[in-house]
Amino acid sequence: MSQTTDWLDERLGVAKGGRKLVNKIFPDHWSFMLGEIALYSFIVLLFTGVFLTLFFVPSSHEIIYHGSYAPLRGQKVSEAYASTLNISFNVRAGLVMRQMHHWAANVFIAAIVVHMLRIFFTGAFRKPREMNWVVGVLLMILAIVNGFLGYSLPDDLISGTGIRIAFSIVLSVPVVGSYLAFLLFGGNFPGDSIIPRFYTIHVLLVPGIIIGLLAAHLGMMVRQKHTQFPGKGKTNRNVVGIAAWPAYAFQAGGFFFLTAGVLAALGGLVQINPIWLYGQYIPYKVSYAVQPDWYMGWLDGALRLMPSWETVMFGHMIPTVFFPAVLLPGVTFTILAMWPFIERKWTKDDSIHNLLERPRDNPKRTALGAAVLSFYVVLFFASSTDVLANSFNTSLNFVLWSFRILVFVVPPIVWYFTFHLCKETSGVYNAGKRKRALVINLSASGEYSTVETEPYFEKEEEEIVELPEEVAFHSGVTEHKETANELMFATSHSSANMKTSPTDDIGPLRSGGTGIFRIPRNVPGGGATGMGSRKRRPGKSEE
Amino acid sequence: MTISPEELNHHSTGPVESKSAERVVAMSFLVSFLATVALGVTFWQGGQPQLEGTFLFVALVGIGVGTVSWGKYLVPQGPFVEEREELVSTEAEKAAFEASLGRGTSELTRRKALTRLLGLSLGALGLIQLFPFVRSLGPLPKNSLTLTNWKTNARLVKPDGTPISVNDLEVGGILTAFPEGFAGNAYDQVVLVRPSQSAIVTKPGRESWAPQGYLAYSKVCTHAGCPVGLYQQLTQQLLCPCHQSLFDVMTGATPVFGPAPRPLPQLPLLIDSNGFLRAQAGFDQPVGPGYWERS
Ligand code: HEM
Ligand code: FES
Repeated sequence: MSQTTDWLDERLGVAKGGRKLVNKIFPDHWSFMLGEIALYSFIVLLFTGVFLTLFFVPSSHEIIYHGSYAPLRGQKVSEAYASTLNISFNVRAGLVMRQMHHWAANVFIAAIVVHMLRIFFTGAFRKPREMNWVVGVLLMILAIVNGFLGYSLPDDLISGTGIRIAFSIVLSVPVVGSYLAFLLFGGNFPGDSIIPRFYTIHVLLVPGIIIGLLAAHLGMMVRQKHTQFPGKGKTNRNVVGIAAWPAYAFQAGGFFFLTAGVLAALGGLVQINPIWLYGQYIPYKVSYAVQPDWYMGWLDGALRLMPSWETVMFGHMIPTVFFPAVLLPGVTFTILAMWPFIERKWTKDDSIHNLLERPRDNPKRTALGAAVLSFYVVLFFASSTDVLANSFNTSLNFVLWSFRILVFVVPPIVWYFTFHLCKETSGVYNAGKRKRALVINLSASGEYSTVETEPYFEKEEEEIVELPEEVAFHSGVTEHKETANELMFATSHSSANMKTSPTDDIGPLRSGGTGIFRIPRNVPGGGATGMGSRKRRPGKSEE
Repeated sequence: MTISPEELNHHSTGPVESKSAERVVAMSFLVSFLATVALGVTFWQGGQPQLEGTFLFVALVGIGVGTVSWGKYLVPQGPFVEEREELVSTEAEKAAFEASLGRGTSELTRRKALTRLLGLSLGALGLIQLFPFVRSLGPLPKNSLTLTNWKTNARLVKPDGTPISVNDLEVGGILTAFPEGFAGNAYDQVVLVRPSQSAIVTKPGRESWAPQGYLAYSKVCTHAGCPVGLYQQLTQQLLCPCHQSLFDVMTGATPVFGPAPRPLPQLPLLIDSNGFLRAQAGFDQPVGPGYWERS
């Protein structure tokens, strides 16, 4: 026993729980890295953000600019704007840190969204993970809000225009709108409280809540353990993958550095938000082609597409921006957060799901998700109606009406094609680019024979099949060195005489233990090439 | 149940050996170290964003590639299996839990009056916390959304505060104007345009509002409040850059395209004896985007 273990164990009793932690299993699938990208970008945001706080002055107090950016010298600017220029031009590594922070924000939110899509389309939100889905949706909302707040801090012309619109949106809330707007923004727009107030919320309040929710998010994940894609040997009651220590820890730790590295490259080499070109925010100045960061695009698009209906009833007004900018996001996020419960009501499914669904195996959900997603994608593109009209040299009117039509026409089309595509491919194990693996066996008499791995049919209730210990293949991803010596090969499915049963004549290949091996990638024909035959799920082929 | 050490060992029959992987890992760490040195030199020399970004990238990615490769090629990969523990407790455990909980809950239910008093004091304390927010976070709107600083006879001034006279604007020109004393005010801003007089279609009651063809409209978009500052002379339209609402200057700034729901309010003008532009009166309606109390 090492002294450290003894020392710690006598004080904290670390050995029992520690061993569990060290042996925790992480399924090995690329899509599980999306959440990690989000987490690591957030860590980068914390580091770069703290750096920025050391130099940023959150004040809209006006000063005359005397800094090193010559074109603006002598102009009246706010301290917030001037200090952001200072960070960009005078603070050592300041520009890199600032741009890294901004890039990390964009990557953070993008990773959250894609991560969420992964969870949605594979059904990972189903019982028992509904609460974690809700926490995830909250995290996404907070990330978007904080992105907007941070974007507003430098007090430049473009972000100031964004705050102006935000003020009008809050103003449009029925009954309490004007009170809410005045309380949140410290009076009528613009006012001096906005920048300092946004600053506190941006660097303290929201990040604090995010950290708390992240702890809950990850805590629940550890408690419930990961979901995994179905496959040989993977059941509803186990987790198959790599161990936390050392393989996962090394890979995940390294992946943090990869993420941070890419963000550093973006921050150093790809310009983002060059506020010195936009100038200080002045309420009566306008700039052309005003566009927010990408994650606000769908709201901007909705604002553009909404017809100019303004309702006045009983002496009260419901402004037109209420519908696209308050009602739409309200409904969107409510339904999103409630989705696990809505789906449960609909499917009446009360069982525990630790195995993921492949999207094609649940055509209804996949098609619905794709259709809804396409709605927001169209809205996103609608946020560049003016740019599109200019670059294609068409009238704004034409572009606007095209989008107004597309936003309702595209989703049903997407629904139709997704649904039928899913139907046609569902139940086919490894449809898509990976083919079913072939096992090449060397029999005792020295002859080779091939065995095809069984097509996998997911039947959740009865699927806890103990696999024959001898052969258990997962048409795999990464290699496992030892298997290569054991003459277990995999090729893409290419020949037709594959009717042998998987347990035939493979005695020598006993592996014992858990009996799951990866297929070596370095073996000729291993991995995935060519088209294989696809087997349909029996009895489920034509519905 | 988690994996037993034997099981773990079964999969990792001895350390994983790969000379080539070791070389990759070593190279990555070395490259990272060199990049960090280079980064230090860059800082020393005064810094340069592109170099800093590049060296930081190499330094981080070097550690990343090295560590990931180590984790992928030099340590046992399994796959390992871990059984899931049953999350659900037994009926007995649940009952025991509820019994323990019940000890405290019964204390609350047994003394109803005390419980209510506790609720009252906690609730009051919570409620009163709202007070500083409502009182201090911002003033109440009162009439600040309905009234601007445009008063009868207020002189029009440019953003720098100088008064605007009839000679300041060519036909076809545009200026941003404010009431004297409030130059730069976000809420009071108006656009002053001077199209050729003949084509103006005056609304009933506004016959005297545009002396010598000077027209003044609130510059705050009725959609979401952006400044409507792009004047397209050819079509005599004002364009809002935010969501492309178009307002027809000649017909009282009625919206002809886009999401803006209402015309820009028009400011009635007069020209005083010294040739300065003044407001005949304030706006006849609130400017800017809509809100609940606006009717
Ligand atoms: C959810 C996490 C966060 C997001 C999405 C986010 C996003 C942003 C964005 C987009 C900007 C504008 C950058 C620019 O181009 O100038 C910004 C600015 C800023 N952020 Fe954050 N941020 C986050 C967390 C933090 C944290 C935790 C801190 C500090 C502890 C911080 C400190 C700052 C400061 C001081 C600025 C103003 C300086 C500047 O504009 O360059 N941020 N943030
Ligand atoms: S703010 Fe003018 S069109 Fe939206």
